Amino acid sequence: MNVTVAKTDYRRSKIHPKKFALLVACAGIMMMFAAFTSAYIVRQAAGNWLEFRLPDLFYVSTGVILLSSISLHSSYLAFTRGNTRIYRLLLAATLILGLAFVVLQYKGWQALAAIGVELTTNPSGSFVYVISGVHAAHVLGGIAALILAILHAFLLQHRITPARKLRFEMTLIYWHFVDFLWVYLLLFFTLQ
Amino acid sequence: MANVETKPVVHEEDLLIEEYGYDDHFHEHHHGDKYQSNFITTYIFSQDHKMIAKQFLITGMFWAIIGAAMSLIFRLQLGFPEENMAWIKPLLGKWITVNESGVGSLAPEFYYALVTMHGTILVFFVLTAGLSGTFSNLLIPLQLGARDMASPFLNMLSYWFFFLSGTIMFLSLFLNTGPFAGGWTAYPPLSALPQASSGSGAGMTLWLLSLVFFVVSVLLGGINYITTVLNLRTKGMSMWRMPLTIWAFFVTAILGLLSFPVLVSAFLLVMFDRGLGTSFFLSEIFIGGQALDHVGGSPILYQHLFWFLGHPEVYIIILPAMGLVSEVLSVHARKPIFGYKAMVYSILAIGFLSFIVWAHHMFMSGVNPFIANFFVIFTLIIAVPSAVKVFNWIATLYGGNIRFTAASLFGIGFVSMFISGGLTGIFLGNSAIDIQLHDTYFVVAHFHIVMGVAAFFGMFAGIYNWYPKMFGRFMNETLGKIHFWGTIIGAYAVFWPMHYLGMAGVPRRYYRFDSFAAFGQFDLMNQFITIAAIVTFGFQVLFVINFFYSIWKGKKMTTRNPWGATTLEWTTPIRPGHGNWPGKLPTVQRWAYDYGKDGQEFIPQIQPLGKDEKEGH
Repeated sequence: MNVTVAKTDYRRSKIHPKKFALLVACAGIMMMFAAFTSAYIVRQAAGNWLEFRLPDLFYVSTGVILLSSISLHSSYLAFTRGNTRIYRLLLAATLILGLAFVVLQYKGWQALAAIGVELTTNPSGSFVYVISGVHAAHVLGGIAALILAILHAFLLQHRITPARKLRFEMTLIYWHFVDFLWVYLLLFFTLQ
Repeated sequence: MANVETKPVVHEEDLLIEEYGYDDHFHEHHHGDKYQSNFITTYIFSQDHKMIAKQFLITGMFWAIIGAAMSLIFRLQLGFPEENMAWIKPLLGKWITVNESGVGSLAPEFYYALVTMHGTILVFFVLTAGLSGTFSNLLIPLQLGARDMASPFLNMLSYWFFFLSGTIMFLSLFLNTGPFAGGWTAYPPLSALPQASSGSGAGMTLWLLSLVFFVVSVLLGGINYITTVLNLRTKGMSMWRMPLTIWAFFVTAILGLLSFPVLVSAFLLVMFDRGLGTSFFLSEIFIGGQALDHVGGSPILYQHLFWFLGHPEVYIIILPAMGLVSEVLSVHARKPIFGYKAMVYSILAIGFLSFIVWAHHMFMSGVNPFIANFFVIFTLIIAVPSAVKVFNWIATLYGGNIRFTAASLFGIGFVSMFISGGLTGIFLGNSAIDIQLHDTYFVVAHFHIVMGVAAFFGMFAGIYNWYPKMFGRFMNETLGKIHFWGTIIGAYAVFWPMHYLGMAGVPRRYYRFDSFAAFGQFDLMNQFITIAAIVTFGFQVLFVINFFYSIWKGKKMTTRNPWGATTLEWTTPIRPGHGNWPGKLPTVQRWAYDYGKDGQEFIPQIQPLGKDEKEGH
């Protein structure tokens, strides 16, 4: 990887180009979900729309992913303050919470199927499966980043270098993003 | 070696850069250039934006030839439906059916496949990747004074995703059931039901896969372009000092970033409908007397999602061409671009408006006429920034000391094409007139002139102008001019008559017209169009020969700045290495269009302002 090109220009940029590129990528992902939810609204307005109550598991999973964001942020603060133990502990906790979120989403789909809303029953249900499924895929991307962060945390000596700080910040931004995205989707499903 | 004393040539640019440049210690980190040490890292998995630009260009040319050749085959069918086509059986195999008397004809399913592939290839592979991919990669770092893109690695991935996407599409051409044949817009149900037509099965699966990889490529590229423009400009290069090329690439990348993900959403929903039995886009459908399980879907929903990409997509195609033409016209007219800020604001306005006009592609799909009004108004408003741009190009040329090079001729040709095609856009933007013109050859004529031919002209202008920067040699000017005159006359000969076909109501995408007595009168016109298309294609062959011949045998570039341009890319060595500038990075002291100022023919951007000099004109 050619990181030096970006690094040399770091000094005169307010924000690191890679961090900025990540934000731009998040905007792109956001557009994908904007399309999904717009399609949902348009399709709903056309009628033949099965109404159902979202299983409670989805609210539990929302709590879990919110917690994971808090723990990752605290881990980052501990990292910058040099508190190795808290940093490692909370990072591991975040990974567990992240995995728990994906499992809970899966359980949520099972609960949906149990109340008779299967993937093909009605577009109203299909949308929930597809949108939450694509979101879960993005969370899995975040989990991959978390695993890398954990390897860094446990295998390397705790040093606060600009490169490692940048990596952590990028993981953090992405994780907050998928968290925020889910909160948006849940509010959308609930209120729409 | 003979005993010849060689004086080291001193370049004025180097002295200026040495004096005012900005030392980023690049070459201390990159001693020996480990990124380009062997054949594979130099030519194949290169991370150098200049090489990636050439990869995009040559891959784009490959696709342009295939896409254009396809159009010739279906033009033969349209112009000469009775002729014996058995002679292309060796190429097309079973898609040419030969009857008992030995007369071969094009299989109707394959006609649709050809039309579909022609559209897909030209819109996505040639005019998106081949145009924006090439010139954004080449010019963004060079004109901004950056060493490379923000992430050269992602940039490399962007090309290879494009390559993968192209490979998959290419493979689909050889399927037993043929490639996808439901039109480049891939409307359901033809796209969402594998059993709908022969191309809807494996052909559509590969088409979807290919385009998803294509979107990945566009997004990786676009993220890089946006980040580079906003973060890696050299010292002194404020946004208002950027050449118009960069503005155009920048807005193009933003459009791509915001619209292509929407297309992925639509594709994902199509995939679910195809494979997992959902009914997002499929309503109650009977096939062969059998009712399908799908209930309650809306095919119109797909059209909304598709055109939410589809309309910005046409600006993704035309904006880079506009940027290239602005630069080429200014350089070759030896005049500053007229109304620089108006040009920038109109690029931004076009970019914004492109997101709120998509339903003008759907006037006839049953959308509420009151909603159509909204889209009519915004569609017509796009004419305003477009007209501003046209006015400024003409004003730039007016009174200029124009050098009629191949590049500037294509630039002027672009303006001509853009006016001709733009005016018919005002017809089509009206939902009432669209009732008659919808899905006729009028539409075909409109979009081919305004975004097909015009974008190609912008691309050619760019290629002739920046070829020396890419390969250190010139293309042959005489051949270039022959190419220009052949192409502009040929393109008008192909597309102008189609307006009349369309006004008479001749529908597009039809395989043949002999069941319609009213259209019989156009047989000669269709033959004329087909012959014109073949001749025009011949002139493109000339271009391809000129292009590849010149890489090795073209006239060598002896000076760094052959066109006398002000922008930064011409201050690099003739064949710049990785990192673009051998020493310090240039800093920018003035805007990009100081031509004919204070009695000087041109003043490069690296030249500091004089004592009493004011910036701009």
